[in-house]
This record gives sequence, structure tokens and C-alpha cells, in this order.
Amino acid sequence: MEIAISIILGCCALGAGFAMIAGIGPGIGEGNAVAKACEAIGRQPECKGDVTTTMLMGCAIAETTGLYALVIAILLLFVTPGMFIDILMNTLG
Amino acid sequence: MKQMTHRFKMVDIIYILMMIVPVCFGIVLKVLTTPASDGISISGARIYMTLPMPIQNLPITESQVNSAIVIVAVFFLCLYLTHGIKDGIWLKRHHFAEMIVEKCTGLVTNSMGEYFRAFAPFITAMLALSGFSSLITLFGLYAPTSDINIVAGWAILVFILITYYKMKCGPLEYVKSFGNPALMAPLNIISEIATPISMAFRHYGNVLSGSVIAVLVAAGLQGLSNMVFGALPGFFGKFPFLQVGLPAILSIYFDIFSGCLQAYIFAMLTMLYISGGFPLELYEARKKKRAQLCKN
Repeated sequence: MEIAISIILGCCALGAGFAMIAGIGPGIGEGNAVAKACEAIGRQPECKGDVTTTMLMGCAIAETTGLYALVIAILLLFVTPGMFIDILMNTLG
Repeated sequence: MKQMTHRFKMVDIIYILMMIVPVCFGIVLKVLTTPASDGISISGARIYMTLPMPIQNLPITESQVNSAIVIVAVFFLCLYLTHGIKDGIWLKRHHFAEMIVEKCTGLVTNSMGEYFRAFAPFITAMLALSGFSSLITLFGLYAPTSDINIVAGWAILVFILITYYKMKCGPLEYVKSFGNPALMAPLNIISEIATPISMAFRHYGNVLSGSVIAVLVAAGLQGLSNMVFGALPGFFGKFPFLQVGLPAILSIYFDIFSGCLQAYIFAMLTMLYISGGFPLELYEARKKKRAQLCKN
């Protein structure tokens, strides 16, 4: 019983860690976006405001995939262990 | 120009009080219902009470109460800003109110087009509600935006609006818009369903991740200060010196900047989706056609 519970907890933690590998993608994407925005501001300093707002918009949208991973990781850390342990308790009686 | 009367000043004070009282009420409610515990824990919204309902019991959670607090506070803030604007009393805050209205109308007409000018109050309300909901963490209250139920409610409201504006040319045009290249129809349907989900998750994930990181940093600092100052005798050994002030630096980004940015992005995406989904030219052509039919 204790072994089963510790396997559940460990696997949930591992899964949360693996899910956050998705953080690489938005990191690269947002870095690219900001780099291009810097170039654009360097070339045309007068359109700084427009470029900044558009860049923030784009960054927020590029972040979405990372946030999906984050939501899954948070669910795995705080919600699923309790749920799985409840199921285990119910089946074992 | 008229002078401010005593009555005017009294009403002003009542408005300011009504802005502050709900927040104090929230803080008192939180302090009274939170069980005393040492250590830091990450938990969802606390359930204040449960109302019995025929299908399922309705829990009244912290996030719902805080959301209502924000609504009341913003309502009285608006009343305070525009108080006396019709009586011809000159006040500085009227200019501030005018600036907000002008900026938001400009934002809406810039990104949605002149046709959607009437959307400005809705978008402004969205911005204010979302922004102040995130900023309420500064009072130590639970941010309603870090609860997915609240944000999903807003996202569903926006989704209904998008669908309504897509349906304006009739249901047939709505169905047709999915199969623009016929092969892409399933993908289009999936991306349509993904719109509210991604909007809700984006806002909620950003705010929640900020609070989780803040809690983790606070817990880490507590451990660190126990390690460093633990050997000191008495009070100095127990007091977490490193926890004073340091987490506030993170809070500048996670609570203030991120909260305001997410409010802006939510409003911006609402505008883009609504104006992007509405076929304006087709609608006007149909309207003209119908008017001609009526004439004949």
C-alpha cells in the first residue's frame, strides 16, 4: 500500500517535471520575438510604442503552449495525487 | 463655475468609503475564516459556504466573493470619478475620467473599426474588472483571476459574443465559414473550440504561476533564514529576516506588471476575435439587399 502511494506521488512529480520541458518552446519563441522587436526599434526608433505593444501581444500568444504545460504540471502536482490515492483506497477497500 | 457644497463633499466621502469598505470586508472575511497554521501552503480558493441547490450544491468561494468586491469597488470608483460632471463643477478627476474614456474609445476604434464603436464600454469594463481582479492581491486577498472558474466564465461570455457576430449573416454563412478549404473543416472546428479554452488558460495560468512562484520563493527564503539566523537566541532565531521585503521585488513583476498585461491582452484578444469573426462587407451587402426588397 505504501509502495503504491509512493509510486503514485513519484510518478506525478516526474510527470510534472517532464511536462515543463514544454517551457523550452515559448522561451525560444519569445526570445526571437523580442530580438526582432529590438532590431525593428533600432531601425525605426519612432515606432517604438507600436512595436512594443505588438511584441507584448505576440509574446502573450506564444506563451500559450507553455501555459498549457504549466496547467498540466500544476494539476499533476496538486490535484491528481489526491484523486489517484482516493481511487486506490476505494478499490482496495 | 459652482462651488462645492457640503452635500457634495459628503457624497464624495461616501463614495470613497464604499470603495474601501468592500476590500476591508474581504480582508476581515479572509482573516476570520483562515485557520491558523504555520508554514506556507499552496491551495485553491477557500469555500466560504455552500448553498443547497436542486441539482448540485452551489459553493460560494473566495474568488466569487472577491470578484463581487472588485465589481462594487470599481462601480463606486466610476461614480467618484464622474461625480458632479453634470453640475458644472470643475474637478481634476473629471479630466482623468475623460482621459480613460477617450483612450479606451480610441483603442476600440483603432483595433476593431468604426462599426464596433459601441463596444468601448464593454471592453473598458473588461479591462477594469480583469486588471483590478489581479491587483487585489496587493491587499493580500486571493486574486479571482487565479481561479479558472472566474476566467472561464469571461472566456465563455466572449465566445458567445464571437459566435453571435459570426452568425449575424445567418447560420448558413456561419457553417460555410468553417469549410473554406473543405479539407480544413475539422481543424477549423477544433481551433474554434480552442479559442475560449486558450483565453481562459492564458489569463489564469499567468496569474496562478506568478502566485505559485511567489509562494515557493517565500518558503525558500524562510528555510534559508532559518539556516542562517537559526543559531541566534530567542526571537532573533525564529524571525524570518530574509522574508522581509525580498518577495516584494518579485511581486512588482508578477502582481503588477503581469496582471495589467494580462488584462490588456484579454481585452485585445476579445476585440480581435470579435472584429475578425464578423464579415462586415457581407453583412452590409445583405442589409442593402434586404432594404431594397422591402422597398419593392
